[in-house]
Amino acid sequence: MVDQSAVGRTFTPVTARVEPGRLRFFLDTLGETNAVYRDGAAAPVPPTYLFCLEMMDAPDAFEFLTALGIDLARVLHGEQRFDYHAPVVVGDTLTFRPRVTSVTEKKGGAMTLIVVETAVTNQAGVHVADTSRTIVVRNARPS
Amino acid sequence: MSSSVPAVGDRIVHKEFPPITRHRLALYCGASGDHNPIHVDIDFAKQAGFPDVFAHGMLVMGYLGQALTDAVAPSRIRSFSSRFAAITQLGAALTCEGTVTELIEQGGEKRAKVALTTKDQNGEIKLAGEAIIAL
Repeated sequence: MVDQSAVGRTFTPVTARVEPGRLRFFLDTLGETNAVYRDGAAAPVPPTYLFCLEMMDAPDAFEFLTALGIDLARVLHGEQRFDYHAPVVVGDTLTFRPRVTSVTEKKGGAMTLIVVETAVTNQAGVHVADTSRTIVVRNARPS
Repeated sequence: MSSSVPAVGDRIVHKEFPPITRHRLALYCGASGDHNPIHVDIDFAKQAGFPDVFAHGMLVMGYLGQALTDAVAPSRIRSFSSRFAAITQLGAALTCEGTVTELIEQGGEKRAKVALTTKDQNGEIKLAGEAIIAL
């Protein structure tokens, strides 16, 4: 089971480019027709797309689970937060740097909540966003 | 939004989405980079203790984000957060809503807090969240 020793762990930084074709696939999948996102060169990305970019271009999208010894089948997404500091637009190249910021046991150890916070910077070194995901691990019951 | 300042209690976000299909989950798996098989492979989902595949939380939050940016330009969103209150099942027809709860001054600008919810066709809350937007 993941314990407090995981707090502060960092994982391989991910570099991802906001490619128009991939973004269009995302927009079409969600039935998104808002013209602002299809405005060509400087179109913004949808508010949850940073989460996708990090997973798409990670060599191993579930590296943090493997590193912490967590079974993917036992994981649920508990919470997600985005703080936006500067615009992200088509053509940007972003770097994601994730780290574990808290580990909390719930329900007498039946669940563990793990918070991973990720700082996002762009190709100019501008800190464009912070994301925070809370993962819920359904721990195996002792037999 | 640019022409009028919202008041506390105003429902500025409201959008309904079509029922979630297996096909949509497969497309989202590819489009999002989240290849967790629990959302597309019924055998894997059953082995993990679920009766069937279920929606990615981030697909549901993606719909909520779409409803939000129908009302507010993406460049005006300062933060967007969500708690995944319950699993969203296949066939769920989601309704996303957002109501202004507070007007604040923050970071040298006027902002509004918007309480957000996503409910299914039975009124069950799937996501409860908040956005802070610049006015």
